[in-house]
Amino acid sequence: MILLDRVTKTYGRDVDAALSRVTLHVDPKEFVIVIGQSGAGKTTLLRLLTREERPTSGKIIVGGIDYDKLKDRQIPMLRRKIGVVFQDFKLLPNKNVFENVAYALEIVGISNREIRHTVPKVLNIVNLKGKEKLMPLQLSGGEQQRVAIARAIVRQPRILIADEPTGNLDPKHAWDVIKVLEKVNRYGTTVLLTTHNQEIVNKLKRRVVTIKNGEVVSDRANAGYKA
Amino acid sequence: MKRKLITFWRVVHTGILNFMRNVTLAVAAIAVMVVTLTIVLFSLITNATFANTITQITSKIDISVFLKDSDTPDQTKQLITQLKKLPNVKSIQYLTKEQALRQYEQQNAGNQNLQQAINETSNPLPATILIKPYDLNKIQDIKNFLTKPSVAALQADQPSYSGDREIAINRITHATDVLRKIGIVTVVVFAVVCALIIFNTIQMAIFNRRDEIGIMRLLGASTSYIRGPFIVESVIYGILSAVFSILIVNSAFLASSGTLQATSLGLLDINYANQYFDMHFWQFLALQLMLGIVLGAVSATIATRRYLKFKTK
Repeated sequence: MILLDRVTKTYGRDVDAALSRVTLHVDPKEFVIVIGQSGAGKTTLLRLLTREERPTSGKIIVGGIDYDKLKDRQIPMLRRKIGVVFQDFKLLPNKNVFENVAYALEIVGISNREIRHTVPKVLNIVNLKGKEKLMPLQLSGGEQQRVAIARAIVRQPRILIADEPTGNLDPKHAWDVIKVLEKVNRYGTTVLLTTHNQEIVNKLKRRVVTIKNGEVVSDRANAGYKA
Repeated sequence: MKRKLITFWRVVHTGILNFMRNVTLAVAAIAVMVVTLTIVLFSLITNATFANTITQITSKIDISVFLKDSDTPDQTKQLITQLKKLPNVKSIQYLTKEQALRQYEQQNAGNQNLQQAINETSNPLPATILIKPYDLNKIQDIKNFLTKPSVAALQADQPSYSGDREIAINRITHATDVLRKIGIVTVVVFAVVCALIIFNTIQMAIFNRRDEIGIMRLLGASTSYIRGPFIVESVIYGILSAVFSILIVNSAFLASSGTLQATSLGLLDINYANQYFDMHFWQFLALQLMLGIVLGAVSATIATRRYLKFKTK
């Protein structure tokens, strides 16, 4: 599903690479946790997958799309196939919960009828039933993040990328968000999660990839936190 | 196809919503656009009016060639055919001695003394050829022809373009050129200024929403889906400005002809300008709408370009 082959990314004239020769292979329906300290290169890795950045060298193939052959105008198409959740939620502040989720469908030209049918179902999955009319600022951090997840999965992407989704949340809300991610994964979506929350990693018992100074230093199944 | 229609409608809808949400910014943009469109409209009308005034004046100007009483009809006929062959000659009118006299009587109908004086003598007026040129600036060829010795021999007097009349002709033609040039320069300058100001206004609106645009991008919104509403928004500016500027010009004419009872403003013939505006009202409205829409759409397209580039270099 996700294939990175000796991917290197350097910014400007920096001597140290943000990522150096990272090779990673993720199977469909896998749940992979990427851990590492701040500045280790986790976010760079995800930004390469969403094509916000281009690798300096190496090959990236996601869902059968070879990024080397991707033209700028095809980037929107790529992003529609990948759901992304950010640490800072990135909700549209002027739209309510329903509209925020619906927005992901609107931009691909889904009819209003279908939107009215689909969005409540997805809000149900993330346990936000009944909050459709609230504005993002009226919600707690955990709720906002679940709106963001609903928005990311409403188009049924095959891959969900979550960049420190619990970074701004207290433990209880963080765990709510993680449970939703597990649920999404059970429905068959490949999930790539970055975090530096030890407790979450230990409880989840999933495949853990550790990045340090831009390099993959360990890649273990059913692992605990060992940065 | 259905998806494209849905998307198109959403873009228009969002554009209208954004327009209503950003009324303050819209007011500024529309104000500038109204000023520009009004100036364009005024320039067009003024230009047409001056052109009309000039045509009216120049159509009254002709070159009179006075023939000797001794010229035979054949000589006269030959001279007329030769004159007709000159490229700058628009039309030729031949007045016999009697016709010239009658015209003179009509022109001086109020002057009893002159009438009497004419009646007392035998017809003193020469047969006359009136020449209307196409272009007043190029009467030199006609002049050259008329001063040729063989042609001059047929004439009783110097042709009447010379002297004061020639200077007057030159003055008018020069004034026409200058006015036209000033008109064009004014229109161009204001159009450029307006484009720049609208461009800035739209860029400011986009700058205010750059976070939103970034999020749209990450969700996979296409360039046209993000840009569309901005274009719709500025097209609305254009449409409203066109309507406003037409209304302003219209009420200006109503005020000037109704309240002030004015028929002219310096050189400007307001009556004609008003007529011209009324006659071409729908064309002007269409032109203004087109200008407004194009100005808005182009400015929005250029202004959004910077914010819609993929930063994946």
